[in-house]
This record gives sequence, structure tokens and C-alpha cells, in this order.
Amino acid sequence: MTSLPQTTEKKLGLVIDLDTCVGCQACVVSCKEWNTSNYGAPLSDVDAYGAEPHGTFLNRVHSFEAQPEAGCSQTVHFPKSCLHCEDAPCVTVCPTGASYKREEDGIVLVNEDDCMGCGLCAWSCPYGARELDEIFGVMKKCTLCVDRIYNENIPEEDRVPSCVRTCPSGARHFGDLGDPESDVSKLVAAREGFDLMPELGTKPVNKYLPPRLKDQPSQSALTPQHSDAKGLFAWLDKALEKL
Amino acid sequence: MHPAPSVIAFTTLSGLGFGLLAFLGLGLPPVTGWVAFVFFALAYALAVGGLLASVAHLANPKNAIKAFSQWRSSWLSREGIAAVAALLVMAVFAIALIFFDVRLRLLGLLGAALCLTTVFTTSMIYTQLKTVPRWNMWTTPPVFLLHCLGGGALLAGQPRLAAVLLALLGAMMIWAWSEGDSKGRAGSTMETATGLGRIGKVRLLEPPHSGENYLLKEMAYQVGRKHALKLRILTISLGIVLPVALMLLVPVTHFTAIVAILAHLIGVFAGRWLFFAEAEHVQALYYGR
Ligand code: SF4
Ligand code: SF4
Repeated sequence: MTSLPQTTEKKLGLVIDLDTCVGCQACVVSCKEWNTSNYGAPLSDVDAYGAEPHGTFLNRVHSFEAQPEAGCSQTVHFPKSCLHCEDAPCVTVCPTGASYKREEDGIVLVNEDDCMGCGLCAWSCPYGARELDEIFGVMKKCTLCVDRIYNENIPEEDRVPSCVRTCPSGARHFGDLGDPESDVSKLVAAREGFDLMPELGTKPVNKYLPPRLKDQPSQSALTPQHSDAKGLFAWLDKALEKL
Repeated sequence: MHPAPSVIAFTTLSGLGFGLLAFLGLGLPPVTGWVAFVFFALAYALAVGGLLASVAHLANPKNAIKAFSQWRSSWLSREGIAAVAALLVMAVFAIALIFFDVRLRLLGLLGAALCLTTVFTTSMIYTQLKTVPRWNMWTTPPVFLLHCLGGGALLAGQPRLAAVLLALLGAMMIWAWSEGDSKGRAGSTMETATGLGRIGKVRLLEPPHSGENYLLKEMAYQVGRKHALKLRILTISLGIVLPVALMLLVPVTHFTAIVAILAHLIGVFAGRWLFFAEAEHVQALYYGR
């Protein structure tokens, strides 16, 4: 049923540290690898070796530049995938009942056996987190690796989303954001984690940690501070200054 | 938003078809027998043709039947149910009228109400989307309903009514354009999308992929927006002014009616194309568009 659950027992989600992410795209690749071979239809590629390659991805890393009033700009690498919103518009718009939010852990999923590929859920998502697969005709989105996190056939340290397991810089964290005592909730509290586009009222579960601000050195290390030159050199120094 | 021809065809043709059906249900014009048959055939061809075009838009149509299941939450599901109910009720009404010369007045009223409900649910599919501020406005349902009623009156041969409804439609469209223009993306910016406004002004340094993808094709459509003004003028002059003038100023003949209907149709297609092409989706902000 595409009505949303009133509450969910857990709020499983990701915390993404924009201060730490180096934009290496490893999570993009590991996500594609895991999810093309497991849950649901594969993530197809079209014209992969041709002039206009394109395909389905569940996680993409954008790079932005933020320019403060004064000083240097900051480059921020910005991974983006489904935020498993509490008030997920993508679920309620779905006419077939394919899109749903799980009561037990809050994960938003698509049951591909029911999806008719109308694309309305993708229209309703503010974050561009859903992609209609061009070959299989069904809606694809992040499953929070629902087939890893509860999977007793894989070693315990692997029972986290593939992107979290892969990130070489430790910029991705996974846990229960509904439990204020969880590590991820404490991290969000300590680092002032924030929501994306809060004005749209989707109440995302995933949180982002802001990049730390750059130092603002009072003087550049490269400007000469003073000159002790005397005689001929003092004259040269002055003459050159005037040029 | 990508102006998919199938969706443009669906929303305009089925809107006209349901408009005509609604008038027939109200007994305008009061036709029976073979004349009624021709009117109903036209209305059904438009409404059903539009619905089929919308099924062609689906990537996985074999599951389309499941779209009737989620009426509690989904406007698209409600639209499907309302459309089928309207077509069935009007079919009974039409059969009685054509073959038995019996006018089931109450059934006709019910059918007309269902036709308008269908068009209203269609409009709500767009109106509900907060992600597309230009659609998320109170003007969207009246524009869709006036499209349906104005075009329907034109097809039903009701010149005065058509002129009034089309004039109202024109006014409503101009209102929606100006409100949509000033609304922009309703307060969402690259800064709120990324949360990096706390640092300063944000720009895209590198997109996540070098080629196209579904998101860009579907929700970051930019082609032809620069022709918006020309298309608006075309929409109003062909879709509204010319048919209204023909209906009010010259004696209505078959010929003038056909010219008015064709002009209206071209204008409406242009307007509906703009409805999609001009609508900006907030997710395009992540691509700096
Ligand atoms: S991020 Fe988009 S797809 Fe994911 S739950 Fe929120 S609205 Fe739905
Ligand atoms: S594309 Fe599939 S999951 Fe999305 S709204 Fe349509 S039927 Fe539901």
C-alpha cells in the first residue's frame, strides 16, 4: 500500500560527511556493482562503449564550489542517493503500490513486480534519487542495500551498505537515525548535520555533515614582509618597486 | 520538464473528449439516434485515444492494471478509476440514447460529473508536485477544467458558452503564466539543495557524469524555453482569440466551427507543450540548471 506508515520502528539511513569526502567515486562504482547483480533488475548501461554512454545509477557524486563573502572558494564533493524520507512523496504518488516505505526500518523500496514505469515517483522526488531503467522499464533507487544489512551469509563487517563499506575516506556512516543514542545520531548532533531542501517538507532520514570552514590566514606567506637591503641593493630594491 | 508527445496528446485529447462527453451527458446538444452516435463516437475516440496515448508513455505497461489499486493515496490511481467509471456510465447513457431513444437524465448528470472528476484528478497529478513549482499552484485545476469545458463546448456546438468558457480559460492561463514566472523555484536554490549556503554562493564545479541520463532528459529540459513568449502568443491567439471571435462575430456554420476547432486544437497543443517545457524541476538545481 502506498500510504506511508505513521511511524517506523527504526530510521535506518546514511550520514554523509562533506568535510571528508574526496570525490573519488568509489561509492558510485561499488553501489553499481552490488546493485546490478542483486536486488531486482540490473542497472543497465546503454551505448556503454559508444559516443553517448548513459545508464542507471543509484548513487552519484556531484562536485560544487561554495564561494564565501571573503577568501578562497571551497570545493565540496557531494554524494547523493535516496534519503529515505519520512514524508516520502514518491511513495504516496505511486498508483500501483510498487513504491513503499517499510514499517520496520523506514527503508523506501520499489517492488518491481508491480511497477508500471510511469515515472511519477521520480517527478515527485526533489533530490533526483530515482531513475527509470531504460532497458528494464522499472524504477530503480537506493535500497540501502537491504540485501546486505540483514544478510547472515556474509561476514558481519560487510553487513552495511556497499557504499559505506567501500568509502576509503570514511565519509559515509550507516545506522539508526531514529535512536538518539546511536553513533550516527551522536555524530549528527556533534557536527550539526543538516537536511537537503528542508523547505519541501520531505523530512529526509539521511543527513549531511557540513564541510569545516577554511582557515583565513591574515597575511599571505608570499608577500615580502620587510627588506634589510643597504647601499646599492637598497637603491635597486626601490627602483624595482617603482617599475 | 520533458514535453513527451504522448503525454501532451493524452492530456489535451482526453480533456477535449471528456469535455464533449460531459456536455452530451447534460443534453447539449439534445441529439438522438445517428447524430448522437457520431457525437459519441468522436467523444470516445478523443477520450480513449488520449488514454491509450498515456499507456504508451509507460515503460512497463503490463502492470498498468495495478494502477487502479492505490486510490487512497495516489491521484494517478484516482484518475484511472474516474476515467473508467466515466466511460462506462456514459456508454450506458449513449446506448440508451442512440438505440432506444431514451434519455436517462440522472445517469447523464452522473456521467458528466464523472467526466469533470476525471479531468480534475488529471490536473491534481500535476498540482500535487511541490518539486515543480510552476505546476504546484491553485491555477492548475481551473486551467485543466476550463480546457475541458471550453473545448467540449466548442465540439458540442455551443457557440456562446464556448466563447465565455474559452475567454475564461485565456484569462486563467495568462494569470498562471505570470504567477509561475514570478514564483520561479519557490525558494529552492542551489544553496538550499546542497546545504552549502552556510558557506556562500554555490555553483556546480563538476557534474557527476559527462553524458545524459534519465534525470536530465526527463527533468532538466531546456530546449525552446527561449521561445516561450512566441508560443504564449500563439496559444492565446489561435487557442482562444480566433475561436472566440468566430463564435461571436460570424454566423456559425460547419466550416467556421471546424476552423475554430482546429485553431483551438493547435493553440492548445502549443500551450500544453509549454506547460511541460517551461516547468522547472527543483532536482535540476543539483546540475546547476
Ligand atoms: S529521496 Fe526521493 S526517492 Fe528517496 S524517499 Fe525521499 S523523495 Fe523518495
Ligand atoms: S514508476 Fe513504478 S514505482 Fe514509480 S510511481 Fe510509477 S508505478 Fe510507482
